[in-house]
Amino acid sequence: MSTLLEVSGVSVSFDGFKAINNLTFQIGEAEMRAVIGPNGAGKTTFMDIVTGKTRPDEGRVLWGEKSQSLLSMSESQIAQAGVGRKFQRPTVFEDQTVAENLMLALKKKRSPFAVLNFRASRADRERVEELAGEIGLVAALGRKAGELSHGQKQWLEIGMLLAQGPRLLLVDEPAAGMTPAERELTTEILVEAAKTRAVVVVEHDMEFVRRLDCKVTVLHEGSVLAEGSIDHVTSNEAVIEVYLGR
Amino acid sequence: MTNVALDTAPARQPTFLLISNPSVLIFLACLAIFTLGVTVLAEGFGIGVISTSFVKTLGKTLCLCLVALAMDLVWGYCGILSLGHMAFFGIGGYAIGMWLMYARTEIIVVQSLSAAPLPPTTQEISDGIAAQIFGVVGASEFPPIWAVAHSLPLQLAAVVLVPGLLALVFGWLAFRSRVTGVYLSILTQAMTLALSLYLFQNDSGLRGNNGLSGLQNLPGLGDVPQSTVSIWFFWASALALGLGYLLCVWVVSGKFGSVIRAIRDDESRVRFLGYPVEAYKLFIFTITAVIAGIAGALYYPQAGIINPAEIAPIASIYLAVWVAIGGRGRLYGAVIGAAFVSLLSTYFTGGQAPDINLGFYTIQWVNWWTVLLGLSFVVVTLFAPKGLGGLFDFIASKRSPSRHGADLGPDAGALREKEAET
Repeated sequence: MSTLLEVSGVSVSFDGFKAINNLTFQIGEAEMRAVIGPNGAGKTTFMDIVTGKTRPDEGRVLWGEKSQSLLSMSESQIAQAGVGRKFQRPTVFEDQTVAENLMLALKKKRSPFAVLNFRASRADRERVEELAGEIGLVAALGRKAGELSHGQKQWLEIGMLLAQGPRLLLVDEPAAGMTPAERELTTEILVEAAKTRAVVVVEHDMEFVRRLDCKVTVLHEGSVLAEGSIDHVTSNEAVIEVYLGR
Repeated sequence: MTNVALDTAPARQPTFLLISNPSVLIFLACLAIFTLGVTVLAEGFGIGVISTSFVKTLGKTLCLCLVALAMDLVWGYCGILSLGHMAFFGIGGYAIGMWLMYARTEIIVVQSLSAAPLPPTTQEISDGIAAQIFGVVGASEFPPIWAVAHSLPLQLAAVVLVPGLLALVFGWLAFRSRVTGVYLSILTQAMTLALSLYLFQNDSGLRGNNGLSGLQNLPGLGDVPQSTVSIWFFWASALALGLGYLLCVWVVSGKFGSVIRAIRDDESRVRFLGYPVEAYKLFIFTITAVIAGIAGALYYPQAGIINPAEIAPIASIYLAVWVAIGGRGRLYGAVIGAAFVSLLSTYFTGGQAPDINLGFYTIQWVNWWTVLLGLSFVVVTLFAPKGLGGLFDFIASKRSPSRHGADLGPDAGALREKEAET
């Protein structure tokens, strides 16, 4: 399995505080990975670095077959290269309909002039409906995203990510604030997505991570503490100490 | 997840611009009827019920509506509160004013020199024009920026290019450093103030605080009465407003509109979707500056005079107030706001409104109008954030629940509004 994303020796500090400390991380083409860690472990900063929001002080972030460096690219270029990100808080465009939200995310040319001349084809509309089906929002296509429930907004955002057709999906706490039934559908969507692309899930909830049934990376104080199956890391002494207190 | 398939009506995609936006046809019809009505009632070609000066006021109002459209596009749709669009408007006015003044002075100078025994040389004519135009600021030579003032096509190009280029350069610098929100507003205001102060200087080359005058006289058409000229400009303004409206509708409908509204609501999210946000903002900022420039070029020949005070930041703040009162984020709202407020303003500040004698104090509208305008701005912002345009929603009983700033969505487990209605 070839490597899709390779983060090596990355460090970043904010006002002297080392948020990420010599972090090394790799993920393959079609792989699911859970990233866990206590608060302040650097999970969100790690995502910020991969998506171009934060520039690291040192280290390399390489992408794809050509080992392109993501560090010299802007957020929008990185997103176009195939990195999709879901934020902790559901961020959909509340003033626009579900269909418009999905159409915005659909993988198409992104330049202003291309978008100005864009007219949705039948195939595009079908794709939007298909995506809405996957996230259970077919009946809500014409509704404004702001009217949706919290869980539905989370799904809409996941749907928008799928519409982007990313090769790497970064998902921050997808199950936060969801009912058990909603969690189950979320798990299904993510597992399905990971069959064709790399998915990195940042999560607090051990139970949810266990259900994803994938390799787990434990972050602590900005670097990798342990890596392996969920059973492997939960039996790791260092992890127990960090998670359960000394 | 249970799908209660009550309304499986996926958003129908617009097939044709006018059919998908019925309000556009209504707007254009209103504009056409208004134009026709004024033409019939005015002195130029009609029965002469409306005075020429009022036709000019109406024509100017149409130009203000056009620049308000531009403001709505940049602020209401894209979320950039620019306090510089009246500067672009003024630049358009100066650009056309330079040609109007040059060409008309040229005719006068040639006429007066023709009495001389020897035919005047080109240099003599040029010197004569310069002395006429720049005498008031104590200069007698053409400043470099008047290099193409003799040419109507080139000055018309300047109407579009100068505001466009200024917006392009300024926007590029501001947006790429990710200046947003109130800081961007301050920056645009600073640009406007700097431009205005520069133009106030006598050696700016644009006659300092005298500005350009006599713009209502079209060169070579001295025989045509103002009543006719005013109707021509009125038609041109109405046409420009109609075309500008169509352009704005085309830009905001469809996916582009969706992207810029998304930028307004959550810029960084749009960036993570892969859209180059800065390019979109720059596009909107520049195109609206061009629209503002064109509106200004139509406005000032009807006003007759332009001076640097017109470019002062307060003008751009008024523009924002019009759009807010009319209802931002909907194009007809901007037009209604600009028309309503600027006409009222003309009424109150023109001395036509009767003073109100309270016995102990006399309310003079000339002074109190600004206070009233400020108050109505506060009231609209607090109690009717959708502005006057929101009245149409009210009529169509398209009401959205008041949530005191909270998210639109119902709380988890709450009865859904949609379901409660049916």
